[in-house]
Amino acid sequence: MNDTNQALLDALGAEESQLVESWHAALPLSAQTTGQSSRGEARQLLAGLRDGLRAGGAPEALDTPAWAPLRQSLEALSAARAAKGEKAGDTSLFVLALKKPMFDALQQRFAKDPAGLGAALWSATSLVDKVAQHTVTTFQSTREDIIRRQQQDLLELSTPVVKLWEGVLAVPMIGVLDSSRTQLVMESLLQSIVSSGSALAIIDITGVPTVDTLVAQHLLKTVTAIRLMGADCIISGIRPQIAQTIVHLGIDLQGITTKATLADALLVALQRSGWRVSRTD
Amino acid sequence: MERIPILRMGQTLLVTIQIDMQDQTAMALQEDLAAKIAETGANGVMIDISALEIVDSFVGRMLSSISGIARILSAVTVVVGMQPAVAITLVELGLSLPGVRTALNVERGMQLLDTVRREKFLDR
Repeated sequence: MNDTNQALLDALGAEESQLVESWHAALPLSAQTTGQSSRGEARQLLAGLRDGLRAGGAPEALDTPAWAPLRQSLEALSAARAAKGEKAGDTSLFVLALKKPMFDALQQRFAKDPAGLGAALWSATSLVDKVAQHTVTTFQSTREDIIRRQQQDLLELSTPVVKLWEGVLAVPMIGVLDSSRTQLVMESLLQSIVSSGSALAIIDITGVPTVDTLVAQHLLKTVTAIRLMGADCIISGIRPQIAQTIVHLGIDLQGITTKATLADALLVALQRSGWRVSRTD
Repeated sequence: MERIPILRMGQTLLVTIQIDMQDQTAMALQEDLAAKIAETGANGVMIDISALEIVDSFVGRMLSSISGIARILSAVTVVVGMQPAVAITLVELGLSLPGVRTALNVERGMQLLDTVRREKFLDR
């Protein structure tokens, strides 16, 4: 172990509870609220740092095996914080706040040795920076994992094809329509048309928040594919605002039956297939 | 080169495509069909493509032009049984086949032909 590591180790090993307290005090007020748990995390990080230093890990290279336990506890820390929905900035602030107590301890040790102090401070600062950087990176990848999983969930729950009547299928579209989702919907709808032999499909867009040119293009493609297969298509659930947007964008929906509500569309579908709806009284 | 047989059922010509279409086959079918419509005086053409799994833009255009040719010879064309994958491919190729009538299966296609014939008869 070299001198700098020894010095850092001494600085970190001095009075653990005191170090943790001053670390905690160095945190900005907003980050102090987590209280006890952040003290626990601080102890864990300190243990990881000491292990790494004792194993002779260079402060500049955090990806060496010597720092493996530290990296593990960092990853656990940022994953826990990401899951709690904290900001990436707060998480890295928490790590960076270690600098203050560390520098104080080093300053006391090297009071009579400015050159040594400089070297030790540089090692300390680069070590803490690397640790903070690693925290942010893991924090972000944890967040991205969460986002990816949620996207997958969304895609899976996206759009069931339901049979409304003999020969009438409906797809209630919910959420933002992008290429991959439209593709999925189109495929499952066309497949159900073939397997059920339905001649009419209703696409309900009540749950689609906005319709822009891209969404309209996706819809038109679906309608054309349905027509090519020999079935007919009705688009329902067009809200007044969306009707205005469609006209303002100059999207041509001519040749496509459009209805305001799913009920209207079902009525048209029944009429086309020769049914008549009447009350019994 | 393979030729696709054209069957005659009364006033309707029935074409079932069961092989992967090559450009030459498509051209031959187009010519044969035009000749057959003129020869028999058929007023309906049904093209069953339920066994067709691969299409390219040429085949797509062929369907379109067959329909156009038949219309000039005063016959109605119905394309039936298009597979979902084929429909998606044609749409992605930008071929929406305007002017081509479609139906889910042969039975529905026959019904459609009957309806169109009746309308035409009323027009005259």
